[in-house]
Amino acid sequence: MALRKLALAASVALAMGPAHAQISDGIIKIGVLNDQSSLYADIAGQGSAVAARMAVEDFGAAKKGMKVEVISADHQNKPEVGSSIARQWYDVDKVDVIVDVPTSSVALAINQVTREKNKAFLVSGAATSDLTGKACSPNTIHWTYDTWMLAHGTGSAIVKTGGKSWFFLTADYAFGHALERDTEEVVVKEGGKVLGKVRHPLNTQDFSSFLLQAQSSKAQIIGLANAGGDTINSIKQAAEFGIVGKGQNLAGMLVFISDIHALGLDKAQGLIFTETFYWDQNDRTRAFAKRFAPQYKGNMPTMVQAGVYSAVLHYLKAIEAAKTDDGPKVIAKMKELPTDDPLFGKGMVRKDGRKIHDAILVEVKKPSESKGPWDYYKIRSTIPAAQAFRPEKDGGCELVK
Amino acid sequence: MTEIFGVPTQALFGQLLIGLINGSFYALLSLGLAVIFGLLNIINFTHGAQYMMGAFVAWFLLNQAGLSYWWALVLAPLTVAVFGMIIERTMLKQLYKLDHLYGLLLTFGLALIIHGLFRNQYGSSGMPYAIPAQLAGGQNLGFMFLPNYRAWVIVFSLVVCLSTWFVIEKTKLGSYLRAATENPELVRAFGINVPRMITLTYGFGVGLAALAGVMAAPIYSVNPLMGSDLIIVVFAVVVIGGMGSIMGSIVTGFGLGVIEGLTKVFYPEASNTVIFIIMAIVLMFRPAGLFGTQK
Repeated sequence: MALRKLALAASVALAMGPAHAQISDGIIKIGVLNDQSSLYADIAGQGSAVAARMAVEDFGAAKKGMKVEVISADHQNKPEVGSSIARQWYDVDKVDVIVDVPTSSVALAINQVTREKNKAFLVSGAATSDLTGKACSPNTIHWTYDTWMLAHGTGSAIVKTGGKSWFFLTADYAFGHALERDTEEVVVKEGGKVLGKVRHPLNTQDFSSFLLQAQSSKAQIIGLANAGGDTINSIKQAAEFGIVGKGQNLAGMLVFISDIHALGLDKAQGLIFTETFYWDQNDRTRAFAKRFAPQYKGNMPTMVQAGVYSAVLHYLKAIEAAKTDDGPKVIAKMKELPTDDPLFGKGMVRKDGRKIHDAILVEVKKPSESKGPWDYYKIRSTIPAAQAFRPEKDGGCELVK
Repeated sequence: MTEIFGVPTQALFGQLLIGLINGSFYALLSLGLAVIFGLLNIINFTHGAQYMMGAFVAWFLLNQAGLSYWWALVLAPLTVAVFGMIIERTMLKQLYKLDHLYGLLLTFGLALIIHGLFRNQYGSSGMPYAIPAQLAGGQNLGFMFLPNYRAWVIVFSLVVCLSTWFVIEKTKLGSYLRAATENPELVRAFGINVPRMITLTYGFGVGLAALAGVMAAPIYSVNPLMGSDLIIVVFAVVVIGGMGSIMGSIVTGFGLGVIEGLTKVFYPEASNTVIFIIMAIVLMFRPAGLFGTQK
C-alpha cells in the first residue's frame, strides 16, 4: 500500500514537476527593452509592453499555472545604456528573455550580451539583417522585419515602376548603413544606379540642407534610409521645398503607421513601402487592434508592437512544450514548432533565427479615400513569406553551415 | 559651372541661405537666454521646454479654438510668458541670492518634468501643423527653391532680434533694466519697482522662446522632444557668443547656423558636433565668449 502511494506520488511528480522545476525561480520574466523617450518611442515604446502583456494574457499563463511577469525599460538609443540594463536584468533581476529593442546598434549589443549570458533575445524593433547574417546567434530570433526585406519589397517595386536613379538620405549608424547597403544592392541588380548619398546624424531636426543636395543630384528617387522622427521630418520638409512633383519622388524605406499618423495624409499620400502588419488587414488583426488601442491612448499598433505580441506568444508556447525556460533550449524549441498567431498567421522560424511570414506592399491613401484616423493604407500586393526574406544560404550565418 | 571644393557655387548659395534660416531659430532662442542671464543672472534651462510649449499652444489654438497661425504668433508667447512669470514669482525669486547653480538645477528639473508630461500625453512622433495658407508655396531663386515660409522666418526673426537689442541697449527702459541688474538697491531708491521689472523681463525672455516655438511648428512637427534636442545647441551658441551679451547671441546664432549648414555639405557626419567643437576652441582662446566681457 505504502509502495503504491509512493509510486503514485512519484508518477504525479514526474508528470507535473518538470514544468515548474525547470523554470528558474518559478517565474518567467520578460524584459521589454526599447526607446521610450525619443524618436522611436511611438514605433515601439510602451506600446510594445502593452502588446507583450496581451500575449501573456492570450496565452492563458495564469490558467496554466505559469507565472509570467513583464517589465520594461528605456535604452535611450544608446548601445552602452542598453547593454548595462541587459546585464542588470540577466544577472540581478533574473530576466529570462529580452524582447523588442529597436535601434540596430543597441540590438547588436544586446545580441552579444544575451549570447554571453546564454539567455534568449527576441528582436522585433531593430532592422539590421546582420542579426540573422554575420551576427546570428543560437540565442536570438529576429521576428518582424529586416533591412533585406524592406530593400527587396520596396526597392524592387520602385525600380520596376521606372525609378532607376537613386540618391540616399541615410541615418548615420548601423541601421541606416545596413538599409542603404541592402537597397543599393537591389537597385543595382534591377538595372538602376545610385547617384549619391548623404549620411545624417541620428535624430536630426532640419533636413533641408540634405534635401537640397538630393535635389541637385537630379536622381529620380530620393531613398530615405532612416526611421521614425527622422523620416517624418524628411518627408515633411521635402514637401515644403517642393521636391516631390518636380520629377523627383521619395521612397521611405522604413515607414511605420505612427509616422503616417504624425505626417497627416496630405503630406504622406502616395508613399509606397513595405510592412508585415497592418491593423486593418483582416478580422483577427482588427479585433487585436480594437483591444490594443484603449490600452495605448487610442493608437493603433505598429508592426513592431504586433511583432512583440506574436514573438512573446510563441515564446510561451515553446516554454510550455520544452518545459524549461533555459535560453537556447527555448529558442531551439521555437525554431522546431511552426508559428501560428492571429496577427501574422502561419509561419516558421528558420535555423538562422529568421522568423518568416508574408510581407505587404502598401500605398498611403489620399485624404479623400480615407474614412478617418488610422485608415491609411491600400494594400497593393502581398509578398509571400518564401520570397519576402533573404534566403538562408545568402546571409553568411554560421548556424546554417 | 564654377565650383568651390567640388561643390557647385549655386548649391553653396542655397546652403548658405538654409544655414541662415536655421540660424534665425538659434538667434531667437539664444537671445531669450541671453536676456534672462544678462538681466537676472539665471541660467534658464527650461528654455527648450518653453519653446516646445509655444509650439503646443499654437497647436491647441488651431485645433481647439480654430485660431490661425497669426493669432498663435501673438497669443502663444503671451500664454507661455504668463506661465514663465508664475514660475519666476513662486520659485525662481527665492534663488536670486544663491549661487547660479541653484537656478540652473531648478530650471533643469522643471524642464525634465514638463518634457515628461508632454511626452507621456502626446508621444514622440508629434502632431502635424500646416504652413499658413498666406505663406504656402515658394520662390524660385535660380540657385534654389525658397519656400515663402522660410523667407518669412528669416525676416521676422531678424526684426524681433534687432528690436530687442534696440530696446535693451538704446532706450530708457533698457537702461533701467541694465541699471537694475548692476545695483538693484539704488534703482529702487529712484522709485522703480525692481521685482516687477525682473518678472516682466523673465516673461519677455520666455515669450521669445515660445515665439520661436510657434515659428518652428509648421517646419518641424509639433513634438514634445523638439526643445530638448535644441536646447543643448542653443546653450553652446550662448557660450560662444558670450553669456549675457545681446548682440553676441544674435550674431553667433546666425553665424553658427551658416557654419552648421556648410558642414552638412562638406562633412555631414559632423553636422551635429561642429558647434561643440567651435565652442571648445572659443573657450580655449576667449573664455568669456566672442562678445562677452570678463566680469
